[in-house]
Amino acid sequence: MATWRNSGLPRAVILVLLLPACADLAHAQTANTCLDCHSALDPPRRVSEEQFAKDIHSQKGLTCASCHGGDPTKADLDAMSKKVGFRGKIERSQIPALCGRCHSDGAFMRQYNPSLRTDQLSQYQTSVHGKLLAKGDTKVAVCTDCHGVHDLRPARDARSKIHPLNISQTCARCHADAAYMKGHAIPTDQFEKYGASVHHDAMASRGDLSAPTCTTCHGNHGAAPPGVDSVQNVCSKCHVFQEQMYEKSSHKAAFQSAGLPGCVVCHGNHGIIHPTDAKLDAGPQGVCMQCHSPGDSCDQARAEMLSGLTRLDNTIKDADHVLAVAESSGMEVSEARLEEDQARDALTKARVTIHSFRKELMDHDIREGFKLAAKNMQAGTSALAERDYRRRGLGLALVFIFITVLGLFLYIRQLERSAPKT
Amino acid sequence: MSLFSGVQNWLNERFHWAELIGPLKKKAVPVHKLSYWYFLGGITLFLFMIQVGTGILLLLYYRPGANEAFESVQYIMTRVQFGWLVRSIHSWAANLMILTAFAHMFSVVFLRAYRKPREMTWLSGMLLLFLAMGFGFSGYLLPWNTLAFFATKVGTEITGQVPLIGHSMMVFLRGGEEVTGATLTRFFGFHVAVLPGLTTLLILIHLALVQYFGMSVPPGLEARWKAAPGEAREMKFFPNFLLRELMAWYIALGVLGALAAILPWELGTKADPFAAAPAGIRPEWYFMFMFQTLKKIPAKLWFLDGEIVGILMFGAAGLLWMLLPFFDHLGRGRGRRFIMGAGVFALTYIIAMTIYGYMAK
Repeated sequence: MATWRNSGLPRAVILVLLLPACADLAHAQTANTCLDCHSALDPPRRVSEEQFAKDIHSQKGLTCASCHGGDPTKADLDAMSKKVGFRGKIERSQIPALCGRCHSDGAFMRQYNPSLRTDQLSQYQTSVHGKLLAKGDTKVAVCTDCHGVHDLRPARDARSKIHPLNISQTCARCHADAAYMKGHAIPTDQFEKYGASVHHDAMASRGDLSAPTCTTCHGNHGAAPPGVDSVQNVCSKCHVFQEQMYEKSSHKAAFQSAGLPGCVVCHGNHGIIHPTDAKLDAGPQGVCMQCHSPGDSCDQARAEMLSGLTRLDNTIKDADHVLAVAESSGMEVSEARLEEDQARDALTKARVTIHSFRKELMDHDIREGFKLAAKNMQAGTSALAERDYRRRGLGLALVFIFITVLGLFLYIRQLERSAPKT
Repeated sequence: MSLFSGVQNWLNERFHWAELIGPLKKKAVPVHKLSYWYFLGGITLFLFMIQVGTGILLLLYYRPGANEAFESVQYIMTRVQFGWLVRSIHSWAANLMILTAFAHMFSVVFLRAYRKPREMTWLSGMLLLFLAMGFGFSGYLLPWNTLAFFATKVGTEITGQVPLIGHSMMVFLRGGEEVTGATLTRFFGFHVAVLPGLTTLLILIHLALVQYFGMSVPPGLEARWKAAPGEAREMKFFPNFLLRELMAWYIALGVLGALAAILPWELGTKADPFAAAPAGIRPEWYFMFMFQTLKKIPAKLWFLDGEIVGILMFGAAGLLWMLLPFFDHLGRGRGRRFIMGAGVFALTYIIAMTIYGYMAK
């Protein structure tokens, strides 16, 4: 007969009683005990669980020990013993190399994000930041300055410091701080100028995330000022046609020989504002006379080009006005309105052609614009004539209607006067 | 023998013309200080005839189809000789027709012309008003412009909210789940074949009923004339009233011409089904009071969907409105007072909500 002792029941009871303790043990083995203390510490040692949970590394399964070493399964200070590989706070000079341990390892990174580049460290070493760091200047930016630390988010996250909308502010934290930048011979007004630029306007006001920000022109991990010779290549990433025109122009060689930085000579760099035709003006807003002399052949060409653009602009505006009046009168002029866009395109094309600095090429575009604007003006004028014709027709019709109604009225009166009343 | 009497003789010999038009010659129209309300029905009929005429002319050039409709209307407006006039008159006359039909309906309510024995005349008139609104709803989409496209989308979506049959009705109207070229073809079919056929039939019935029962006289006046028959005044329908009606038609024609020439009906931009709905989508003005009401009803009324409650309420109100003549004699004058109150409320509500709909952003 089976006894209580050998029935197996006591063992089952013990197992049930021990289960919570086993579960705690299992938890302890996988838990990140670092946060138990560090979430209660004051900054800069404070890292809350909530903060770390948002970190992309944490989300991919990495722990504090992945960067700082140590043994997070130990609940006491043994976790931070050098015997278990604890590295503690990473020196700024060591940060790029530390990040590079994983981020330069293609095979390792492929597990997490196969499309992520793995040349950041080598790029960084070519950057001004990297070179100065190598010389011992630890004030320069290292990975964590731009990407953040402990709550690091991917670039596509709008809250990330390296999201296109935030990059300029991230760079400005150092580059707009004159006290911090002391000792580095570069200006600190880039952010202020960029904030007033057409590029910032496109990014911040229109939400165009493809608009240029700091890294678009300077690079990111390999950040460096574009050299005099490469400015044109930087701008041409977007302004393709302007670059093609400039490449074939006489200014290319002239600027090169004078050591002038291409596009920047006329447009500036960080504070590029929307260019207007006034850039061709001989006055203070103009740029040509910075180098050319009044009355020379280039000055004459400049004046003629400016005149052509101004006349076309005015003609298009006149046609616009006539079409707007016709449209507000209820006339159907949508076709001419569409062609008016083409006239404006011709004007834009002519403005782009300026970069060839060849008047005959620009004249060709201006002529095309004039043809279209004249056609649209004609359409608007015809629509207004048609409107007047309709109104005259209406007047005549109303006169006929009035006469008929009056005739009917008189006829009814005569009819009822002559008939006996009922 | 004049040509006119020659034709008359020819018709008499074959069709007994004199006997056929005899009742018309005898027909008389009561004369009193509210007689001018009698013109509204005739003006509505005139505008309908304008619609038929201009509609046929538009058919010569209009091409139904998502890829052609807008361009064909644009062609009519810009290239076809007097196409702009025909299209603008068609659009303006449609709106004026619904306006005069509404005015006619309320005049019938306030003059109590719906009362026995004219219940069927009222019913046929109400059905004609619904058909006119159907004309407006289907015709609005035909130019295939942005505003019409999205208004139709919203309008058919509202239809889809009707319990039980709503979704099927929406699919039937749209020719599918979405507003597409199939909806346009379908609406075109309704607009140029189904609705004109039904409307013509109902107009004939309505006119026959008006002819049969004669014009209604306001009840107070009718009682006075009954007591003192010598006081009753009337004029011959032909030619006295008809000539006056003709004057009204000419004036309506003048108004139409002025609207078409000074404010040609605009075309807008071509509908793009893949574009986001532009701001300020709204239906034609005669649907505005319902649209605005549905917009303002809370999403949930107790446990019921607010929009469904609104649709059901309008359905019930429409049905009660149609059955109005049958309440007139109830409760020793209470029914009559209820109808007057309902009339004032309906008119005020429609005007107020329409204005609110246009003013609200």
